Amino acid sequence: MVSVAEDVAIVAFEQTPSHAHFNDSEPAMIMPCVNSVIEQVGMDRHDIDFTIAGSCDYLSGMPFAFVMNIDAVGAWPPVYESHVEMDGAWALFEGFVRLQSGDIDTVLVSGSGKCSPGSYREGFSLQTDPYVHAPIGLDPRTQAGFQAQALIAAGKATERDFAEVVARSHANAKDNPYAQLSGDLSVDELLAEPYVQQPLRRLDCPPTSDGAAAMIIARADKARELCDNPVWIRAIDHRIDSHHPTLRDLTDSPSVRIAADRVGLHDGPVDIAELTVTYSPEEIILRDALGLNGETSVNPSGGPLTGSPFMAVGLTRVIELARAIRNGDGGRGVAHASSGPALQQNLLCVLEGDG
Amino acid sequence: MAPRPCAVIGVGQTKYKRRRDDVTLDGLVREAALRALEDAGATFDDIDAIVIGKAPDALEGVMMPLLSLCDALGAIGKPIHRVHTAGSVGASTAISAVNLVESGMYDTVLTIAYEKQSEGNATWALSGGKSGGQGAGGTFAPWIRNYIARSQAPEHIGWMVAVKDRLNALKNPYAHLHLPDISVEKVRESPMLWDPLHFLESCPSSDGAAAVVLGNDDIAKKSGRPPAWVISHAKRTEFGQFPGRDTVRPQAGVECSEALYRKAGITNPREQIDCAELYVPFSWYEPMWLEGHLIAEEGEGWKMTDAGDTELGGSFPVNMSGGVLSSNPIGASGMIRCLEAANQVRGTAGEYQVPGAKISIGHAYGGAAQYYAMWMVSSELNPVF
Repeated sequence: MVSVAEDVAIVAFEQTPSHAHFNDSEPAMIMPCVNSVIEQVGMDRHDIDFTIAGSCDYLSGMPFAFVMNIDAVGAWPPVYESHVEMDGAWALFEGFVRLQSGDIDTVLVSGSGKCSPGSYREGFSLQTDPYVHAPIGLDPRTQAGFQAQALIAAGKATERDFAEVVARSHANAKDNPYAQLSGDLSVDELLAEPYVQQPLRRLDCPPTSDGAAAMIIARADKARELCDNPVWIRAIDHRIDSHHPTLRDLTDSPSVRIAADRVGLHDGPVDIAELTVTYSPEEIILRDALGLNGETSVNPSGGPLTGSPFMAVGLTRVIELARAIRNGDGGRGVAHASSGPALQQNLLCVLEGDG
Repeated sequence: MAPRPCAVIGVGQTKYKRRRDDVTLDGLVREAALRALEDAGATFDDIDAIVIGKAPDALEGVMMPLLSLCDALGAIGKPIHRVHTAGSVGASTAISAVNLVESGMYDTVLTIAYEKQSEGNATWALSGGKSGGQGAGGTFAPWIRNYIARSQAPEHIGWMVAVKDRLNALKNPYAHLHLPDISVEKVRESPMLWDPLHFLESCPSSDGAAAVVLGNDDIAKKSGRPPAWVISHAKRTEFGQFPGRDTVRPQAGVECSEALYRKAGITNPREQIDCAELYVPFSWYEPMWLEGHLIAEEGEGWKMTDAGDTELGGSFPVNMSGGVLSSNPIGASGMIRCLEAANQVRGTAGEYQVPGAKISIGHAYGGAAQYYAMWMVSSELNPVF
């Protein structure tokens, strides 16, 4: 397990609802989250030691789009600040690492993305190798289809298993005010739907979403000063697999297995797992790689199948887990974020309550 | 806990040139990474985490490129993450990698920054993805004119910087521009691009990558290679536009250097720092940053240039490697500044070595001169000033 010198806790968090279309700018989406977390801890924003954001220029269709997002944070007088071109969960990773040096106390973390203005499949095909994959438009849904087919071919899952993930996710989302989709779906009716990417059907895939999320994390003494019920980040780690689908066993996730070991996932109970299940078959791969059994509640929020604002969705998993722990739904759990096609890159974050 | 000491133990650069069509993006970053590993006496197996940086993805049209580059960087099964802070990104990526080592969570970290401008249209991307944009020079030229008006600097200062950096570049085999016949007359007579910036006062468009291997104190001592201890680093950001903003001497730049010097215990940067690699993509930014980063008093920076103080043999050499004016793979340019500062204090700068250099700084800025990232390196872990 990774050695951690400084105990770090989440002291405030906020997310937007997952919007099918947020009819304003990205900073306008982030700003209420930032204002809320600052208000929750009663800090002056100028007293925050470090700020780090995660977003993706390509979603906005404009180079340097992330520069606009500092409007939502405030950068006058000047601030100590950085940005990752990744989901906000990786901004959290860097913020957590930064606190380990012990010379600063608080970090404001955010993640944001607006998928609705662009074509997600066209845009995200540019994530692939630019010489071989991108020219043929090997988009993430196509690769998710390969992954689903590989699971079926290996006898590890059936289309019914996928539909059960969808039905449970949508049912769980009924209690989540931030969810974009929710409801009672029958597995048989789901299986009667046409394929959009065989063997995937429409609801095996995520909705198009806009959203933002923010949190403040702090070192232990500061965390206790700022809030009565900190949620502790016990460990965070991320790992990557080969980019080339033909070099990987698509039915497994070695990177998740390494990260699970590094965060000491099974050194304690795993009551809740909030997983970035962008396509329903991914839940089956993740459960297996994480070694989860029936005692873990998976995606009680509904997960990304019910709202998937890319670049915020991973950080939102951490928030949903923190909220569940604060609500007493569990004492310890794991949040998972993912990046790249077919679960290529994965981050795990273990949270524990203050009990 | 105090931050774990961190040192540069290996550096690697590609040859910078207009078009590296002999390699893919993967080949380009791997070339720099392998050289850095060789310099560190390490292999990919020794690396605990990787941090990459570059300017906007749109420069090459590859979205979140760490995903497709991870195989070439030996990152499979490891942490790899991507920093993007506009033009300052090369330096802020290096600083993020230092944070990983200072955290105590990772012993040895590889960091790489690159740009392959020939695979895209940089001026389009630098204009926010709009056609007919003014480019970076168009943004900075009015602020340069404002500097000239405020400081009463004579117009030949910009030409001198353009010549000095290109002469330095002749000593650097990796530099893109090798212009042996450069002269003040040639600079002055080159076409005017953005008044007062002539063509030869502007940086080139380059392909290239730079890589640094960082290790904690145990790793640095074991490596047997000369270390460059990263004794201080700082980043600051401000809004790009608001009424009353000082665009000549932005407050974020001032505060970034104040934080950098304070942490290192520097009280007189002009005397206590031996040399600097400053991000000077357009000639006039040399005097502007000498002032903006508190090396010279306000209005005095151009006099350092004019007196030859910033030349390789001067009292405060700047951009010994040839600087951004001689090589500009945008996203890598900040890391090259940090790397070249490290070369100086390691005594590995070859023909452009400043004799006896012990303390140096690497610097980058970005956006509308609103993002700043700086690091200070030392030949000693605990230098006494």
